[in-house]
Amino acid sequence: MTEIAARPETPAPAKDGADDEVFLVDPSIRARRRENILVAVVRVAIAVVGLLAWEFASGRIISEFWISSPSAVWAALVRFVENGQLMPAVQATVVETAVGFVVGAVAGMLVGLVFGISPLVARILDPYFTALNSIPRVALIPLFILWFGIGFETKVVFAATLVFFPVMLNTFAGARDVDRDLIDVIRVMGATRLDAVRRIFVPSALVWVFAGLRMSVPFALIGAVIAEMFTSNAGLGYLISISANQYDTGGSFAALLVTTVLGLLLTFVVSVLERRALRWRPAVD
Amino acid sequence: MSPILEYRDVSKVFFKGKTQVHALSHVTAEVGDGELLAIVGPSGCGKSTLLNLTAGLMQPGTGEVCYRGRPVDGVNTHVSYVTQKDNLLPWRTVAENVALPLGLGGRRMSKAERAERVAHYVRMVGLEGFEEHYPSELSGGMRKRAQLARSLVYEPDVLLMDEPFGALDAQLKLVLQAELLRTWEGTGKTLVFVTHDLTEAISLADRVIVMSARPGRIRAVEHIDLPRPRDVFGIRFAPGFGDYFDRLWSALRADLHQGQEI
Ligand SMILES: Nc1ncnc2c1ncn2[C@@H]1O[C@H](COP(=O)(O)OP(=O)(O)OP(=O)(O)O)[C@@H](O)[C@H]1O
Ligand SMILES: [Mg+2]
Repeated sequence: MTEIAARPETPAPAKDGADDEVFLVDPSIRARRRENILVAVVRVAIAVVGLLAWEFASGRIISEFWISSPSAVWAALVRFVENGQLMPAVQATVVETAVGFVVGAVAGMLVGLVFGISPLVARILDPYFTALNSIPRVALIPLFILWFGIGFETKVVFAATLVFFPVMLNTFAGARDVDRDLIDVIRVMGATRLDAVRRIFVPSALVWVFAGLRMSVPFALIGAVIAEMFTSNAGLGYLISISANQYDTGGSFAALLVTTVLGLLLTFVVSVLERRALRWRPAVD
Repeated sequence: MSPILEYRDVSKVFFKGKTQVHALSHVTAEVGDGELLAIVGPSGCGKSTLLNLTAGLMQPGTGEVCYRGRPVDGVNTHVSYVTQKDNLLPWRTVAENVALPLGLGGRRMSKAERAERVAHYVRMVGLEGFEEHYPSELSGGMRKRAQLARSLVYEPDVLLMDEPFGALDAQLKLVLQAELLRTWEGTGKTLVFVTHDLTEAISLADRVIVMSARPGRIRAVEHIDLPRPRDVFGIRFAPGFGDYFDRLWSALRADLHQGQEI
C-alpha cells in the first residue's frame, strides 16, 4: 500500500512540526494567548478591587458588626487554625461530603442505567421518583436524625440524597441518548446484551454522568454542611453556625470561605477525572 | 454457486405516523456463495433497507430473507455490515475501534494475535500512524476507512457495504477499490455492496442489480463477465465495459427525474 502511505493526508502526525513557523506566527494562537492573559488579569483585579472596597466600607459605611472585614476574616481564620478548630472541622466535612457523594453517585448511576436500559422499568417507577424528588430535602433532616442519630450517618445520608437525583437523571438521560445504530452495529458483530451495556451504554452515558457528577459536588458539600448545622457537633457547618450564634461575623465568614474553597477544590478534582475519562471528546475551547 | 442469501418476494413498508413509505416491492434475488454483487438505484429506493433486512436489523413486511437456506429472524451475526452512517464508537481510538469485534460475544483471541490482526487491517486501509487517534480527529474518508478495517478484521463469510467509498475523493476511491478487490479475490467471501457509482459497480462486481425508484424493485440484472483479477485503474478502458455501462445507465435513467442524483 505504498500509494496510500505516500498520500498527503496520511503522514505520521506532526512530530516534524515542532519548529514549523506556523506554531510561532499563527495569529489565532497569539490571539488566544493574549485573551488568556486578559482573563487572568481581570479576574485578579476584580478580587483585589472587591476586597479593597469591602475593607474600606467596613466601619465607615456599614458597621463592622454586620459585614466584618477582610482583615478581620483573615484574623478569624488564623485564630481557627491556632486554636485547632479548623483542621478537625475541615476533615469531618470532607469525609462526610466524599462518602455522601460516592454513595449518592453510585446509587444514582445504577438506577439511571437500569432505567435507561429498560424503558419499561423506567415507565413504571417514574411517578415515584418524581414524587421523591419533589420532597423538600431539608425537611427530611429531623427524620434522619431520628433514624440515624446526630452522628456521621445522618450527614452522609443527607448529602447522598442531594447527590442521587441529579446523577440518576443525568445517567438516565445519557443511557436513553445512546445511539441505537451503534447497538445495532455491534449486535451484528455478535455482541451479547452484556457487551452492549459494557461497550456502548456505559461509555456513551459517561458524558452525561460526568455532567451530573460535576453538578452534584456542591450538593454533596451543601448537604454535609446543612446537616452539620442541624446536628451541631462537628464540621464547617457547625463552625459557621456557632460563630454566627456568638455574633462572630468574622468567624462565620472565615468558615464560609474555607467551605467555598473546599467546594472549588472538589469540583476541580471531578473535572480532572472527567477530562481523563472523556479524552476522546473534541476539545471544546 | 449455491445461494448464500436469498430474497423471496420481499416487500417492506414503513409507517411514519399516518404516512406510509413503500420502500421495497416484491424483490426476489439470490446472492451466490463467494459472489461480489453490486446494487445501484436512485436515492431512497430501499437499498439500505435491503441491507438492513439482510443483517436482520429489520424484518420484511412480506416475503423472507434467507441466509444459507434459513430465514433470517433476529440479528444475522454471520455478516459484517459497513453502514452508510458513520458508526465508529467515538470514545475508542482507531485501533480500539478496529479491535472491537474481536472482543465481542464468545470470541477469544490472544493479545498478540489480536494486535497483529488489527495492525494488518489498519495498514491495509492506510491508517497507520493514526491508530491512537479518536474518530473526531479523523477526516470523513479516514473514518470510512476505519470502518472498513473494523468490518474486515473478524473475517465473516458475508460482507455488506453501504456506499463504502461514497465520501472519498476519486484517487483514494480507486486505491481502496483495488485493495478491496485484492482482499476479496480468492477468499471465497461473499460481498454485497451498494453504490451510487456505476463505474465502481462494473469495475468490482460479478453482477450488478439495478433497482427502480421507490417502491424499490429489481429493474435489471447484469452479469459482468470481465476477466479477473481485475485492475480497477485500467478496467474502464477494457472492451465491453462501455456496453455494460450503457445498458445499466439506460436501466437506471428510466427512473431519474430531472436533476436527481443516483
Ligand atoms: N427506519 C425507517 N423508518 C421509516 N422510514 C424509513 C426507515 N428506513 C428507511 N425508510 C424510508 O424508506 C425509503 C428507503 O430508504 P433507504 O434508506 O433504504 O434508501 P436508499 O436506497 O438507501 O437511499 P440512499 O441511496 O439515499 O441511501 C426512504 O424513503 C426512507 O425514508
Ligand atoms: Mg442508503
